[in-house]
Amino acid sequence: MATALTVNGQARKVDAPETESLLDVLRNQLGLMGTRYGCGLEQCGCCMVLVDGKPVHACTRELGTVAGRAVITVEGLGTQDKPHPLQQAFLDEQAGQCGYCLSGILISAKALLDNNPRPSRNDIVAALDRHLCRCGSHQRILRAVERAANAMQGGRPA
Amino acid sequence: MNTPNLPTSLVDNPRLDRWIRFEPDRTVRIATGKVEIGQGVVTALGQIAADELDLPLERVKILSGDTTHGPDEMYTTSSLSIEMSGGSIRLVCAEVRAKALERAALRLNCSRDDLTVVDGRFLQSGQETGQDYWSVAGEIDLTQPPTGSAPPKPASSYKVVGQSVPRIDLPAKLSGAAFIHDFRPDNLVHARVLRQPNPGAMLTSLDEAAVRRAAKGELKIVREANFVAFVSAVEGVAQAAAAAAPQHAKWSKVRRIMSQQEDAQWLKGQSNEERLIGAPAPATGPKRPVEITVSRPYVAHASMAPSCAYAEFRDGRLTVHSHGQGMHPLRKNLAQVLGLPVEAITARHLHGAGCYGHNGADDAALDAALISRHLPGQCVRVQWRREEEFGFEPVGTAMLVTIKVDLDEKGRPADWTTEIWSGTHVQRPGMGAGYLLGSEALANPPPEVKPTDPPEARGGGGTRNAVPLYDVPTHRIVHHLVQRPPVRTSALRGLGALPNVFAIESLMDVLAARANEDPVAYRLSILSDRRARRLIELVAERSNWKSRAPAGSGDGLGLAFARYKNRAAYCAVAATVTVEETVKVERVWCAVDAGLVVNPDGARNQIEGGIIQALSWTLKEQVRFGEQGIASIDWDSYPILRFSEVPEIAAELMPDDGNPSLGVGECSVGPTAAAIGNAVAHALSVRIHDMPLSRERIMAALLKT
Repeated sequence: MATALTVNGQARKVDAPETESLLDVLRNQLGLMGTRYGCGLEQCGCCMVLVDGKPVHACTRELGTVAGRAVITVEGLGTQDKPHPLQQAFLDEQAGQCGYCLSGILISAKALLDNNPRPSRNDIVAALDRHLCRCGSHQRILRAVERAANAMQGGRPA
Repeated sequence: MNTPNLPTSLVDNPRLDRWIRFEPDRTVRIATGKVEIGQGVVTALGQIAADELDLPLERVKILSGDTTHGPDEMYTTSSLSIEMSGGSIRLVCAEVRAKALERAALRLNCSRDDLTVVDGRFLQSGQETGQDYWSVAGEIDLTQPPTGSAPPKPASSYKVVGQSVPRIDLPAKLSGAAFIHDFRPDNLVHARVLRQPNPGAMLTSLDEAAVRRAAKGELKIVREANFVAFVSAVEGVAQAAAAAAPQHAKWSKVRRIMSQQEDAQWLKGQSNEERLIGAPAPATGPKRPVEITVSRPYVAHASMAPSCAYAEFRDGRLTVHSHGQGMHPLRKNLAQVLGLPVEAITARHLHGAGCYGHNGADDAALDAALISRHLPGQCVRVQWRREEEFGFEPVGTAMLVTIKVDLDEKGRPADWTTEIWSGTHVQRPGMGAGYLLGSEALANPPPEVKPTDPPEARGGGGTRNAVPLYDVPTHRIVHHLVQRPPVRTSALRGLGALPNVFAIESLMDVLAARANEDPVAYRLSILSDRRARRLIELVAERSNWKSRAPAGSGDGLGLAFARYKNRAAYCAVAATVTVEETVKVERVWCAVDAGLVVNPDGARNQIEGGIIQALSWTLKEQVRFGEQGIASIDWDSYPILRFSEVPEIAAELMPDDGNPSLGVGECSVGPTAAAIGNAVAHALSVRIHDMPLSRERIMAALLKT
């Protein structure tokens, strides 16, 4: 039975069991590799996506629960040629080392800035605290989110 | 003719075309055996080549970790890539540039000295000649060995080296597919492995029907002796099978371990191989003895991504994709287990998450290869599960370090003895007692080999940074290499440097207090290395050391120093902490002298990362043991430092003063741990000697005050 949902603004139909994880659907059926597997336990944040604007862990979310909903992955933010201000800010700050945690962090940062365009440092820390980064790029990541918030001032967030 | 001292990598790979190739699209392919593990090495090596060839960075394409086309440079370890691979690439490019200019000069009937290079084009007295690298490339014999005879450019002429060039691999990682996990060839199948609980364990039964029911899809079960894998076209099916399998498998010869074995103290008294480095023991007993003992527990690499690999058998050849730290060693190790000629295997590197040392990457490659033998023509993708990554990666060994000094009349160490108890720090496959995990489950497991540690010439393992850099008249290091730790141990960023530096720098504060002197002044009084002194003075200034509060206030300021391996980058760290029930690190200042820095922002990124990782190890991390082995198998049972716990960090690089590049990637971990230890001791007026500096240990320390 096909499940209909919107992914990065496009209507998609997915032919997979409703119990299949959203993470596997995104990666293996829709070819969206920016959403990454880290733990499968909602503990690391590598698989974070937006569902109707809210950050959720795709690793434990079943396909059936997102039927008819709007899913945004990191591919929906921007591309290498046309990066979202957040992606650009992460490049400007060189905020990352191995980079595996970053796509999930970008999603949570996007959710934060959508709701709170002028976040304090504490707001950013709180929004990202459920994300793990093993390389130790934390300070650069926090600065990048601040930089993106500043860059997006005056213009509407993408 | 004088033969220059070539880097080992060039001696081992004596053909220019192993390193460089001119491509038809006006780019130059530079090959390296070193691989990207999040440290930015691919970018930095490109910078070196760009400068030496007078090319913009965009024209340099790096081929990294490829057994068919690239050089064998063993593993990407020990902060050696810039010195070793970078040094080789610099010489190769200088030589090829000289050869190319020679050919062009012949064609143009001019002197080589009349030619300059701009964007790969050769100009004569500033005028275009129509000649460039690509027009003469066919006339340069790149099958020749490098001679090292062409002098590289002087550092003063560098345009790309020394610039904070952005990482070339980061844009992809911020926007989509970029990692080994994302590779999707057409003939792909997904696999997961049922892990043998310990070497020697025998699978007595597996209820395959029950596993198939749990898998809920088409499943192939591959079994070879005690190695079992679940394969499906659907990833979730293989995953579900592997998740269910342990409860449907029965094993004999299962080893039990005890949770108390997780403590470093357990190492003392175990069977060990003893080794003495330095002076023999003094004939007479100490006059003014001071002693300190510190410990670190087993620590996990805890990569964000589980290990992953691909293998495909086709026409007797095996092609493997892996994120391991060395593709040439991996190929040899796979050949040995699989009984294949080395030439029948191609190993290629794809980017993984940061590994920080020897984790499960190589083991996953063998898993994939073993499965692929049963499925010729299909590309088998193995991905470890999270509990598998934590439970079966080799971990950084626990260490117990005792330093005994005999002081002179002025309270300075006159004689120094360090005694170290440690498991081995390196069990990479093919080295010492190392093996590929899956090989233990096969019908003919590898023979048991006595563990070894890296020799002092390579910086040592348990003894890394054990020799004090301070002016000590006589020293000796007694190294007890514990033969059988309860879990597999191997290389983790810095090897023994962190516990050894923690011990030395804790002792410095203890001795300063005993002499009633300021810890900074005390250190400087026994440290003649000028590069070291400069760093300590700088972080003392940055941290406002002079107005350090009295001890015991709950707020602490601590400082520590080391030169990594006593031969790589110098690093000093100062840190402020607030200690209540737990340690909160407020600020960290760090100064590093790494000589010529190829990419300053990249180096700072590594230094900052080392600081945060070391804070996490020092404050929070310990691998836990249960009866069955490692019991900390997720991020709840193995917590690491979070965004809300990370301090402000200011990392500074010293001007190079004409000094050559020194490896920087691991330099900050030891000084950071020790600075935190000293800051906590300053905050509490009592020292905690055992890492991690956990809530329980702080509460116990507070009871003593």
